[in-house]
Formats: sequence, structure tokens, C-alpha cells
Amino acid sequence: MTSPYPIATIIGLLVAALSIASGLIWLERRGLALWQDRYGPNRVGPFGLLQVVADMIKIFTKEDWIPPFADKPVFVLAPAIVVITVLMTFAVVPIAPGIIVTDLNVGLLFFLAMSSLGVYSVVLAGWSSDNKYSLVGGMRAAAQMISYEVFMGLSLIGVVVLAGSFDLAKIVEAQRKMWFVIPQFLGFVLFLIAGIAETRRLPFDLPEAESELVAGYHSEYSGMKFGMFFVGEYLGVTLISALIAVLFFGGWLGPWLPPIVWFFIKLFFFIGFFILLRASLPRPRFDQLMSWGWKLMLPLALANLLVTGAVVLAFR
Amino acid sequence: MLSVLRTMWDVFLHAFHRRVTVQYPDEKAYLAPRYRGRIILSRDPDGGERCVGCYLCAAVCPVDCIALQATEDEHGRRYPEFFRINFSRCIFCGFCEDACPTYAIQLIPDVEMGEYHRPNLVYEKEQLLIDGPGKYPGYNYWKVCGVAIGGKGKGEAENEAPATDLRSLLP
Repeated sequence: MTSPYPIATIIGLLVAALSIASGLIWLERRGLALWQDRYGPNRVGPFGLLQVVADMIKIFTKEDWIPPFADKPVFVLAPAIVVITVLMTFAVVPIAPGIIVTDLNVGLLFFLAMSSLGVYSVVLAGWSSDNKYSLVGGMRAAAQMISYEVFMGLSLIGVVVLAGSFDLAKIVEAQRKMWFVIPQFLGFVLFLIAGIAETRRLPFDLPEAESELVAGYHSEYSGMKFGMFFVGEYLGVTLISALIAVLFFGGWLGPWLPPIVWFFIKLFFFIGFFILLRASLPRPRFDQLMSWGWKLMLPLALANLLVTGAVVLAFR
Repeated sequence: MLSVLRTMWDVFLHAFHRRVTVQYPDEKAYLAPRYRGRIILSRDPDGGERCVGCYLCAAVCPVDCIALQATEDEHGRRYPEFFRINFSRCIFCGFCEDACPTYAIQLIPDVEMGEYHRPNLVYEKEQLLIDGPGKYPGYNYWKVCGVAIGGKGKGEAENEAPATDLRSLLP
């Protein structure tokens, strides 16, 4: 059920989401350093925590330049779309019983719709930059995101069948006996991989890696617009981790600790997993990525759906 | 997929390894005693300057960063009137230390020489001279060389036989 204090929940959720996303700046650098036998930022504040503040000051005070050859309204709009779609999806995530901004009965479909809209941000950024490298980066990102979205939706249907509803709060309730990761392990793996591809994290960060090699869809961006892409990526990581926790690992369910603490434990566990992925895996080539998505993941998602449907029907 | 999971587990275990970072300036990296760092001019065990102004170091320097002028004091002992090293040119190769006949110029393991103003990188003799003998204690060139200076005539150095008088007929 929806929270009885809507305004407080909305503000609390916004503050929490943006704090976690900015804190991820520090956490990712320290985490990557931990797994690379070095220290991350440890000079700026206690344990380097004020590095976040320093980075924010840097991003805010950089020159916010729009290329004269760029398509101005689209150029300015594109980074905002990333943040808007992710923050909108946070509205349906159940954090604890009673702490959810809106208990939509099609919450899962809303998330899938918003992630599809997120593709626009990359495409518009790549197109409006009027730069052939940005365009290639944007096209690759769009192709990757759209391909991996296909089986993201399919992998979640197993969860919906087991829970009997698209409502995320009801899905959490339905996991009281057993977390859905056990019957739907393949669905979990598929959703995890699709989630990594949707947020353009390593190993699926070809659009960004191009900025290390050549340019990429955010090559012409500087200042706060780049900051929007940056924070939007971390918000996406937080969102996917939260959704994995909610859909497959029982959300806020757990013994003797308060539910919200369990939610955050699971959330940070998966955020740490995302950072470990970035520290450890090499990047596949783009054609390898695409063929993997269409020729391996999609058939597996369909097979998962088939088996889940058959088993549920047989045991009815 | 299994290889991927194994890679991730291996990288995860790196969290329990010691970090290789040296936290400068709280910790400093170890420099061996013969590390070629800052250049100094050393003194004898008796306190006089070792440098005799022979120009060998300036001649051997591959980048010509040493400038000096030799002069003599009232006892006939040579010393440099000025001795200037331009550390923005110096490549710390150590050739000057190898060329020096008196162990005067030495390179020590000190590397903290950063400056904001480039002319401050030209060190004069006062900034190069140290009070001790540096890496070679107990060596005094003037005690073993054959040159006659005030207080030591010909034939009075260590391990030296007295000079023979070439103008007399006695053996």
C-alpha cells in the first residue's frame, strides 16, 4: 500500500537516491582501488569522503559550453532524460512496507517503459552532438540497449507468473516463503546481465569506452550536462540493484533486523557487485555483444519462460 | 560463464592483499645509499673544502650544467671561487662524481628539490656545500697528493718518500 505521508516519502526518496548516487562517486573509486591493490581517494576528508564534494564543485564550476554546430534544444534535453526516467522509476520501488511513493499495480511495466525511454537520451545525445564519433557511440548504445531490453522484459515474466502480479510491493510479499532467485535463477542471471547493459556499465560500456579510445556519445558534453550523465549512470546502477533486490532477493524481507535495513544491505551488496564487475571483466567487442544478446540470451529467456509456465501449470 | 565467475572471484580476493601504494609524503620510498639524487660538495675530515677547481666535472657533464672558476688561496691551495649547478638541466647521471679526483662532488639519495620559480633551481656553492665528508669519510686529497701547499712540502704526503735532491751529487 502507498505510504501515508506522500510528500515526506517523495522528498526522502529523492534525497536518498541522489545521496547514494553521489556517494557512489566515492564508493566506486574506493572499491575499484580496493580490488586493484591501491588506495582510492583518501586525502580530501576522513577516508576521502569529501572527494564527492570536490567533484561536485568541479562539475558545477566547469564551463558549460554548447557546441555552435550542435542542435541546441536536443543537446540540452538529452542528459536530462537519463535522470528523469531513472528518478521516475524510483517512485515504484518498495523500500519497506509502507515506504513506497506510489504502489502502481503495473509497477514492473512502468519500469520497463521508463528504461525504454532511457534509450532516447543516448540517441539524442549522439545525434545532437553533430560529431561522427558521438553518432557512432550513440548508435552503438542504442543498439545495445534496445537489444538487451527485449530479454529483460522476458526474464521478468517468470517473476510475474510466480507472484501473480506486476505490482512490486506484491512481488516482495510473494517471496515470504522463498526468494524468487531460487526458482528463477536463470531469470535472475538474465535480468542482471540486461540491467548491466541498460545502465551501460562494464562489461557493456562500449558507448563510454569509446570516450577512452576516441570519443563517444558524451564527448561534446562538459560541466553540469556531463554531470547529469555521470549521476544518471550511478542512479541507474542504484536502481537496477534495488530492483534485483526487490524482484529476486526478497526486497525488505529478512529476520530480526528492521526491513529498511535489509533493503539497504541488499542494495549495497548489488552495488558492490556492479563495482566488482567493473574491476574485473574485459570489454567484449560490439559484434560479440550483440550476437550474445540475440543468439544466446534471448533463447534462454524464452526457454525460461516456457519452463516456468509449464511447471506452474503442472502444479496448479 | 564459469571463467567469468572465476575471474571475478580472483579479483575479489585482491581486497585482502596489501596495497602497493607508498603514501607520500607520510611515507617515503626507499632510496639506496648510492642512489643518484641531489648533488653536494663535501669537505675534508679537517673541515676544508675538497673541491680543487680542476674543471673535470664541468668537462664531463653531458648537459653542461656545471660552471665554476678556480682560484688559489694564500697557502697555494686551489679552491673554486664560484661553483654553480643548474638543476633544471642536470640529468643526475653521476658522471661528475665518477670524474672527481678528490671525492668532492657527490650524489646523495635526496630527491625533494621541487621549486615553483625556475631560477631557484640554479644552486650556488653555498647551497651545495655540506659540513661533512659525505659518502667517503676519512679521505683527504691534500694529504695524498704530491702538490706542495702551505703546511706540507714536497715529499711530506702519506705513503710518499721524501723528494730526492736532483742538483746534488750525493746518492
